[in-house]
Amino acid sequence: MGCACARDHATDERYERLEAALKEWAGRPGALIPALHRAQQIFGYLPEDVMIRIAEALDVRLAEVYGVATFYSFFSLKPRGKYTIGLCLGTACYVNGAAEVLAALEEALAIRPGETTKDGLFSLSVTRCLGACGLAPVMTVGEEVYGRLTPAKIPGILARYREKEA
Amino acid sequence: MPRYRANVLVCAGAGCLSCGCRPVKEALLAEIDRQGLAGEIRVIETGCVGRCDLGPVVLVYPEGVFYGRVRPEDAVEIVREHLLKGRPVERLLPEKETGRIRELSELDFFRGQVRIALRNVGLIDPTSIEEYIGRDGYAALAKVVTEMTPERVIEEVKRSGLRGRGGAGFPTGLKWELTAKAKGEPKYVICNADEGDPGAFMDRSILEGDPHSVLEAMAIAGYAIGAHQGYVYVRAEYPLAVERLDHAIDQARAYGLLGREGLFGTDFFFDVEIRVGAGAFVCGEETALIASIEGHRGEPRPKPPFPAAAGLWGKPTVINNVETYANIPPIILRGADWFAGIGTEKSKGTKVFAMAGKVKNTGLIEVPMGTTLRTIVFKLGGGVPEGKEFKAAQVGGPSGGCLTAAHLDLPMDYESLRDAGAMMGSGGLIIMDTSTCMVDVARFFLEFTQDESCGRCTPCRIGTKKMLEILDKIVAGEGTMEDLAVLEKLAGMVKSASLCGLGQSAPNPVLSTLRYFRDEYEAHIKEKRCPAGVCRALLRYEIDPEKCTGCGLCRRVCPTGAITGRPKEAHAIDPALCAKCGVCYAKCKFGAIRKQ
Ligand SMILES: Cc1cc2nc3c(=O)[nH]c(=O)nc-3n(C[C@H](O)[C@H](O)[C@H](O)COP(=O)(O)O)c2cc1C
Ligand code: SF4
Ligand code: FES
Ligand code: FES
Repeated sequence: MGCACARDHATDERYERLEAALKEWAGRPGALIPALHRAQQIFGYLPEDVMIRIAEALDVRLAEVYGVATFYSFFSLKPRGKYTIGLCLGTACYVNGAAEVLAALEEALAIRPGETTKDGLFSLSVTRCLGACGLAPVMTVGEEVYGRLTPAKIPGILARYREKEA
Repeated sequence: MPRYRANVLVCAGAGCLSCGCRPVKEALLAEIDRQGLAGEIRVIETGCVGRCDLGPVVLVYPEGVFYGRVRPEDAVEIVREHLLKGRPVERLLPEKETGRIRELSELDFFRGQVRIALRNVGLIDPTSIEEYIGRDGYAALAKVVTEMTPERVIEEVKRSGLRGRGGAGFPTGLKWELTAKAKGEPKYVICNADEGDPGAFMDRSILEGDPHSVLEAMAIAGYAIGAHQGYVYVRAEYPLAVERLDHAIDQARAYGLLGREGLFGTDFFFDVEIRVGAGAFVCGEETALIASIEGHRGEPRPKPPFPAAAGLWGKPTVINNVETYANIPPIILRGADWFAGIGTEKSKGTKVFAMAGKVKNTGLIEVPMGTTLRTIVFKLGGGVPEGKEFKAAQVGGPSGGCLTAAHLDLPMDYESLRDAGAMMGSGGLIIMDTSTCMVDVARFFLEFTQDESCGRCTPCRIGTKKMLEILDKIVAGEGTMEDLAVLEKLAGMVKSASLCGLGQSAPNPVLSTLRYFRDEYEAHIKEKRCPAGVCRALLRYEIDPEKCTGCGLCRRVCPTGAITGRPKEAHAIDPALCAKCGVCYAKCKFGAIRKQ
């Protein structure tokens, strides 16, 4: 992960996948956002050289690529942790105590929303309604969804992921 | 499904997924296999059944038995007792005062409902086009394409009285007519599945539980206005919806119901593509959404021209909400008169509400327009839990307003809600009890809209920021009565001078809480007190000497050493040292600590 040789395009299969995605989208109207989505899926975030390549392949100005990538909160220009934690701060979750759960997450991870832990394991972000309001408060860790959260449940959930890595 | 003796439906909506429905399904499959029943009993995943608070939910058909809070360990019993011996597992049936209930239809929650948009959600396997077709799916499209002229289709939708379910309540038939008549080729059909209201999830449930209904309706719209291409714009937070929709599009193409070939032997064809959003609330606004599909920053532009005249790539475009589309096939099949017979004079049909917050039964409900708030909250919702009192309901999300106990008999329709200072919006309904602070809620919504303002126009960008600063002051106990006056003035300004609906409606939660709960604002300002006990800076923790047993637990857990007292004697909190963390309040076993 994240080694310095990432720029060695010839040996990095991620760039091959990027090229394949760009081939699929090039020339199609409104291709920029789908292309950014694919790139972020492949790289986990949007590295600068990738944005340059996208601009080139889709024939849009780099400023436009950058402007779009920064407008949408879903796109990240910084590397993210292995697991992105998305705590819902939608209305239902808020009314049911999501603010206290957020405080517990910040304490357990020692980071604030938008940051990544030193070990590169977790990134913390707050999101809007995840559509599971019936089980508020809710959060996602990677692909998994956790509902009926309380501050007390947080350490146990995080420990599961830490153990997986250890 | 004649081949199977029983169908086991495992709800795989977002709520049930988050409390572990997948392991339940695995366990059921494993036990069914072990008992050699794989050929007789089928297990399928469905969209949200509606009672997310009882998740994971499992339904067993043909009987329609409803099991709630099922654990993987329960699978063995369900299979051996119910599926083998025909004896439902009593302990997993939801409780009611009158005893346990067996069937879905016996729950009050389902009894008051009329399910049109949600007709298939939770009942069919959303990954199977055959099941959709088995329930009259694509019959409306066939009827339209082979028996009706585009004008007749538009006339039918107009006569049904259907209005947009995504926010503004614009008459759908009229929108289609305007787009059909507009000059410009090609035309487009868009489905708005951005579902921005943080607390609403009906669109998600429809897409995940019945994706074909939306595709079918989009094709019908395409036929009516003369378009051959549709786009569904789904928010990025809904990956499962994207997956189900993607699968549904592939299936429909394989069946020749979508694609570049003529449908049902005619030369009308229609195809659909998915576009995934990227986390911007303002992209739910139609012109911003169009900009986003075009690949740009999702910034709204002034209207007119409306999308009906100049939409996607400058061409005439129909854009409707998911729930609006889901109503279309039944209207075509059962007729405009049937639909117009449901609801109120000006608001026809049903509305899906996403009920959450401080209410016993949370989940999705679909009721006739004009149903009262009381019926929704108390009959279907089961009232407020923990014996607390109903205080308010926020309708319409961050663009809407609150309703109070005085509005319990208000019919929920577009006009009544607007007159009460709220709005239908997409149908998010958040119930609040006496432990909710209305000033804090107003601040929450404003923080949301302020954060989501695209920044294009000054009144919205700066105005909401200034308003938020004032609210921050008030909840911190530093507000003045002058602040309140400025707040109201700013609200009026942002409302009237902003470019798009986001800014124009951003002050609504503040204005409506000021209208109905002004005393709470004043308590924060004049008495430096938060009546609901929420705003941290204004909290005071006290020990009731009558109830305190002197156990000393609070003294030991207090991180700042603010609590003193001798064993077996009443303790006390030093307000100067108290950090208001609430640990003592949470730990006290005797309820001796008061929060004010
Ligand atoms: C800030 C803002 C956000 C909106 N978000 C949504 C949304 O998430 N979903 C939606 O269907 N409509 C949303 N709308 C309304 C759309 O602009 C548009 O009116 C609607 O999609 C039209 O479809 P309908 O007539 O079927 O309701 C939003 C409007 C504004 C101003
Ligand atoms: S009102 Fe707000 S969200 Fe709408 S265009 Fe102006 S700045 Fe953007
Ligand atoms: S508000 Fe958190 S899931 Fe809907
Ligand atoms: S998600 Fe299962 S009942 Fe709503």
